[in-house]
Amino acid sequence: MFTNVLDRFRALVLSLLLIAAVASPALAGPFEDAVGKFANDEFSDTDEAIGAVATSGNPLAFAIISALQDGRLMADPDSKKVYVTQPDGKIIDAATGAAVEKLPDSAAAVRLNNRLRRTVEAALGGLTLLSPDPAKRIQAAQSVFKTHDEAMLPLVDEALKKETVNAARLAFTEARAAILLFKPDATDGEKLEAIATIKARGDQEAMALLTGLTGDQPAAIASAAANAKAAIQRSLALWSMVQNAWYGLSLGSVLLLAAIGLAITFGVMGVINMAHGEMVMIGAYVTFVVQETIRTSFPHLFDYSLLMAVPLAFIVAGAIGILIERSIIRFLYGRPLETLLATWGLSLVLQQAVRTMFGPTNREVGNPSWMSGAFELGQVTITYNRLWILCFTLAVFAILLAMLRYTALGLEMRAVTQNRRMAASMGIATSRVDALTFGLGSGIAGIAGVALSQIDNVSPNLGQSYIIDSFMVVVFGGVGNLWGTLVGAFTLGIANKFLEPMAGAVLGKIAILVLIILFIQKRPRGLFALKGRAVEA
Amino acid sequence: MLTQLTHDIATPLSRRRWLAATAGLVLGLAAFTNARAADDTIKVGVLHSLSGTMAISETTLKDTVLFLIDEQNKKGGVLGKKLEAVVVDPASNWPLFAEKARELITKNKVSVVFGCWTSVSRKSVLPVFKELNSILFYPVQYEGEESERNVFYTGAAPNQQAIPAVDYLMKDEKVKRWVLAGTDYVYPRTTNKILEAYLKSKGVKQEDIMINYTPFGHSDWQTIVADIKKFGSTGKKTAVVSTINGDANVPFYKELGNQGIKATDIPVVAFSVGEEELAGIDTKPLLGHLAAWNYFQSIKDPANEKFIKAWQAYTKNPKRVTNDPMEAHVIGFDMWVKAVEKVKSVDADKVIDALPGIEAKNLTGGTSKMLPNHHITKPVFIGEIKANGQFDVVWKTPGLVAGDAWSKELDGSKDLIGDWVGKKCGNYNTKTNKCGGQGS
Repeated sequence: MFTNVLDRFRALVLSLLLIAAVASPALAGPFEDAVGKFANDEFSDTDEAIGAVATSGNPLAFAIISALQDGRLMADPDSKKVYVTQPDGKIIDAATGAAVEKLPDSAAAVRLNNRLRRTVEAALGGLTLLSPDPAKRIQAAQSVFKTHDEAMLPLVDEALKKETVNAARLAFTEARAAILLFKPDATDGEKLEAIATIKARGDQEAMALLTGLTGDQPAAIASAAANAKAAIQRSLALWSMVQNAWYGLSLGSVLLLAAIGLAITFGVMGVINMAHGEMVMIGAYVTFVVQETIRTSFPHLFDYSLLMAVPLAFIVAGAIGILIERSIIRFLYGRPLETLLATWGLSLVLQQAVRTMFGPTNREVGNPSWMSGAFELGQVTITYNRLWILCFTLAVFAILLAMLRYTALGLEMRAVTQNRRMAASMGIATSRVDALTFGLGSGIAGIAGVALSQIDNVSPNLGQSYIIDSFMVVVFGGVGNLWGTLVGAFTLGIANKFLEPMAGAVLGKIAILVLIILFIQKRPRGLFALKGRAVEA
Repeated sequence: MLTQLTHDIATPLSRRRWLAATAGLVLGLAAFTNARAADDTIKVGVLHSLSGTMAISETTLKDTVLFLIDEQNKKGGVLGKKLEAVVVDPASNWPLFAEKARELITKNKVSVVFGCWTSVSRKSVLPVFKELNSILFYPVQYEGEESERNVFYTGAAPNQQAIPAVDYLMKDEKVKRWVLAGTDYVYPRTTNKILEAYLKSKGVKQEDIMINYTPFGHSDWQTIVADIKKFGSTGKKTAVVSTINGDANVPFYKELGNQGIKATDIPVVAFSVGEEELAGIDTKPLLGHLAAWNYFQSIKDPANEKFIKAWQAYTKNPKRVTNDPMEAHVIGFDMWVKAVEKVKSVDADKVIDALPGIEAKNLTGGTSKMLPNHHITKPVFIGEIKANGQFDVVWKTPGLVAGDAWSKELDGSKDLIGDWVGKKCGNYNTKTNKCGGQGS
């Protein structure tokens, strides 16, 4: 605890001195020596240098410390000279501020570790409170909220007066409340107001702040704090339900995406296709190849790489699917055991083929910028990649459903699966339809691979981890029914995510399997059993 | 295969002749190759999975052994004989490891085997090496609690990786709350048991430790990352100690990045993430997270630079990375060569007796020594992940750390030592002065 206070105090002194440094002209001091320490490549020396530079009052101090944070502070271990690469690419000597033509070859960025990074952040913290960028101001206010340093109060007050952006104003108000709550000489009225503000914030950090309040408070404040804590607890419990539901939907969408192709090949055609996971894997590798091509030839198109990968993955996986159907599976219709073995073998062949071609290690598939990061909805963090995958899955599902319902091929597919001989006698080329259906199922698995490459590793084993889950979803939902697959996937996803916090990931998964086994005992045909003659066929 | 074919095509009359001819040919070939092998080569077995789930990690180690053999042969081999690699593929299948080990020792007559990655594969081959009295060099960091006469452990024991990493976080990062996250199998479970006992001995309370296990290949980390975030938001500095294995790491780090957990807030120190694993990841969300190893590719040392250059030339890939288990094989291989040259024989008993005490240069500027408990001395480094998929060493132990076969933190094993020199025993109880048993 003591060191904590000391750390904070030091950070505070640093930031105040930095502010002073920016405002006042250069003072004489051992500034050059301090800057030289950056070149020693020792964390303890860098730590000292940060302190010395910050307290030097030199006008270059801010430039040096912020360059250090961004990895733009370069040091030459041979000549012990230190340089700042300005954001515009110009290079200056850190000790003198003189412009330099070119960095020496031996110069390398000054290294930081997490502790130094925090020191730097704290030293810069006070300055960013008045930054022109609202996002930076909010960030700075948040960090003040966490540290609630009393001495920051005048700065926060000043920032609050000038503030025009609502979100930033709220952040400053909250930061001010946090400071007041812990300020020994604040009035009871101020403290009660602060508690109300913090209660309105209502998140985990507000909770942590109130928990940190020491016991020796006046009764009114202690009871207000206790009430606020209870209220926050209640709302957090509610939000955690919402969060679980969202996680469940997101897991369900991944399950659905992986299973949807299988719902066609297994559900509609009745082929136990153990190589389904490998079609997903092939889709992921297509994404990798597309991204690799874009990286080397058209780097500015990187954000569109996934859009390009989707049709390609469909075509490649679909073509391989048709090839497999024509060369292996068509000889095995009506022989489920042989199909199972043949496709299992095929899955191993495909895995090893990919391993030979691309190597056994993971391949790097990047997230486009629009799929990175998260936003907060109330107290729930929603990551963009999960949100996009949910939308994408639903879109794929809708298109597939429409295709089966409204196109000629869809009609033929349904006819063939419902009554093959009748369809054949009506003039439908059943073997062609079989090939196309299998290709469609495989192609959709390929598309799934594009999306899954964003959240999982792209390795030859990718498919294996999805095959069991996919079969589980299709069987649970009811073989031969796409809607069953949809409901099944989301039910399993949500059930899994509500079980996980209680039982842990491992037990949660086991519990789900046990529940499915019991369910299948009761309803062997799944959630949505097909009725009518197709069942007996 | 050939005889099978002849059954189908040959007439009854010619079948016998066919069979005789084939049998003769096979016998002749076998005799010829055996005679050749006995004459001028020493065989070295390589038992690493080249297919299946573990191929991702083990293929590189197979290449490493081939590379080392190649280098040794350029120097003239061992005892005036060339080394010859015998590579088998146990296909990530644990019982197959035992079969293949038997095949290497009895059929191929190898003098030594370099192999295995997972603990379960090592446990599977143990009885074979004991029964047939051969030598296994095991190059991967593992949970400890084992010391066998026929096995030499060149990877890190928990006190050479996990404990120093926790010490670093406690002292340098002032961590007060701990999340021990791991994949659900023997290595993470044992390591976390050791770490939990160690943390408690340092005064960490039960409520400040969160232990979490996930299945192999877990890819949906949303709930767990949210839990970690919640656990870490009480105001006390929190860190994650990750024994998450292999493939599950990528989605874990991606989820951390997406939910906005930075290394400056909650650092993650991993024991199974190295250069090879990072080669397949977009490292942007990982910056500043930590890994603890006994070797990093980025360590500046002439021996390391020479090794990396030769390795990249051998694999004809200027971007090929090196990692910790590779260095373990380098050290183990060197030690084996030195032991064989010392006793001028590849006889298993003689080499096993000669190995303890043998020293070999490691790639980070130190000299590792084989200890009587069949573990080695190693330096411990903590590295921070950089944008280029390499590590920046932020801390290292002042000297080399001796590997403990039996953890001092666990009640069941704190009195045990492994000593194959004086006591001739892998689990000698220093309290009761008896060999065997799990201690008091």
